[in-house]
Amino acid sequence: MNTFPSSTFFSAPPDWGWLIVWYFYFGGLAGGCYFLAVLIDLFGRREDRPLARLGYYISFPCILISGLLLTLDLGRPERFWHMLIESNTYRLMFKAWSPMSVGSWALFIFGIFSLLAFLSALAEDGQLQQPAAKSLRPPGALGSIIAAIGGLFGFFVAGYTGVLLAVTNRPIWSDTPLLGMLFAVSAASISAALMILLAQRSGRATPGLNALHRLDSWVVALEFVVLIAVMISLGPVFRAWLNAWGLLLFFGVIVLGMLVPLALYWRRQWFGDLNVTTAAAAVLAGGFILRLVIVFSAQGV
Amino acid sequence: MAEPVGFYTDTTVCIGCKACEVACKEWNQLPSTNGGVNTLSGDSYDNTRALDGIHWRHVKFIEQFTEDRKDGRWLLMSDVCKHCVNAPCLEVCPTGAIVRTEFDSVVIQSDACNGCRDCIAACPFGVIEVNPASGTAQKCTLCYDRLQGGLEPACSKACPTQSIQFGTIKELKGRAQKRVDQLQQMGEKRAYLYGADEKMLGGLNSFYLLVDKPEVYGLPPDPKMPTRNLESGTWFSAFGAILVGLMGVINFRNRGASENAREDRP
Repeated sequence: MNTFPSSTFFSAPPDWGWLIVWYFYFGGLAGGCYFLAVLIDLFGRREDRPLARLGYYISFPCILISGLLLTLDLGRPERFWHMLIESNTYRLMFKAWSPMSVGSWALFIFGIFSLLAFLSALAEDGQLQQPAAKSLRPPGALGSIIAAIGGLFGFFVAGYTGVLLAVTNRPIWSDTPLLGMLFAVSAASISAALMILLAQRSGRATPGLNALHRLDSWVVALEFVVLIAVMISLGPVFRAWLNAWGLLLFFGVIVLGMLVPLALYWRRQWFGDLNVTTAAAAVLAGGFILRLVIVFSAQGV
Repeated sequence: MAEPVGFYTDTTVCIGCKACEVACKEWNQLPSTNGGVNTLSGDSYDNTRALDGIHWRHVKFIEQFTEDRKDGRWLLMSDVCKHCVNAPCLEVCPTGAIVRTEFDSVVIQSDACNGCRDCIAACPFGVIEVNPASGTAQKCTLCYDRLQGGLEPACSKACPTQSIQFGTIKELKGRAQKRVDQLQQMGEKRAYLYGADEKMLGGLNSFYLLVDKPEVYGLPPDPKMPTRNLESGTWFSAFGAILVGLMGVINFRNRGASENAREDRP
């Protein structure tokens, strides 16, 4: 009874469940896909624009779903606007030191950028008869500014959730400052994986797909390093993972979500064409399990 | 602002009568059970189990007995919100629902709370929970309405042994230190005050006299502010973003450069 590895073991779980796990996942995809699409738009070649459009097509629905999931998770969903407007005074509600407050604003602002990029992609694909909408994307000056700022917000949305968990007093979450970094890097890996999968299925297999493929392998390797760093930084609190959650983390995240995809990326002869698809699917599954383990394991302590 | 007020709880004179729990529930109109179901915890006489949205006071029963139960003692402690001077819950609340009052207490405004539950994860003492009736986070208000009317909180008023004492923090600290000195002189060398000084979250406006380690009472030995990780967490995240961004630039640029080079060949 008297041997607690950290003072965080006396807090109560906030009962953040499946809705939050899915929110972390969709939020990561929304921010990550937008960020990758911006990188392709700004640094890729013209032939890769369909791949970037795919990123914007994924990002906007995902950010809508994220907002919906967050709202549904509230004890009083009809008061979701209290995050942005102080209900007693009708002044803007913003706390720079509260990740949930900053994150709410970031979601709202990123949603606008994501919508603009989505409309621009539709216009470029001929689905929206508004030629002006095309200027909302690079290479024009306006489009480049929107992409750069939106990309920053996108990465913020992808990573702030980890910082939000760290800025609590729950075991595991607040016993390492690296969760934000882990979530941000993981958002990039699952986003690249989803874009690879959908690009193959939707006939958007542009030359840039190989670059995206290689990027994903690099990011998964980085994610592996960050996860190991998280485990080390937990110190004695790591023992909170010496249970079924730890096994799921090892087999579901490290083996399935990292080692298997890395092996498939670097040994392409194993399954031929199926290699890329299998690796991307494994990364997507691992990214989900990562969020599942982190959200639930800290609340079961 | 009125002078800061709060509780000093002398656990050595608590008899576990739970009058404080009952008085709290009566005054604040909290339900006796969650959904009308009564279950026994099987854990000593403690069927309340923990502080939550409908239990703003909780009398802890800690049994310290030898294996053969020939020797031992009870530790009893009436737990409540600590009304921290630097309150973690207030710090993270994204809606502004949690406020500091003119009495230096920390109160959740139920009409402003939207039930995000960030405060629950932030509180190092496990004090806050959602009241299922309102769907909002709730906890002890230090009987804010009674204080406004010049009355003391219901729990301290009901306490028959003066284990829970209400007053100004300055006065309570003096009283508590005298009691510690008295106990030390009587041979109870383990007596000390938990949360009375400013080292712990700027000071707890509800502090305790304990005779064993904080962990034994279910209290964190070293509670911290949740924002301790904000700056480092943000920098690490930004570092991750920069690394991924660089990887993206290298990959997309390299590919473009090499393909351009190939295209340029005769």
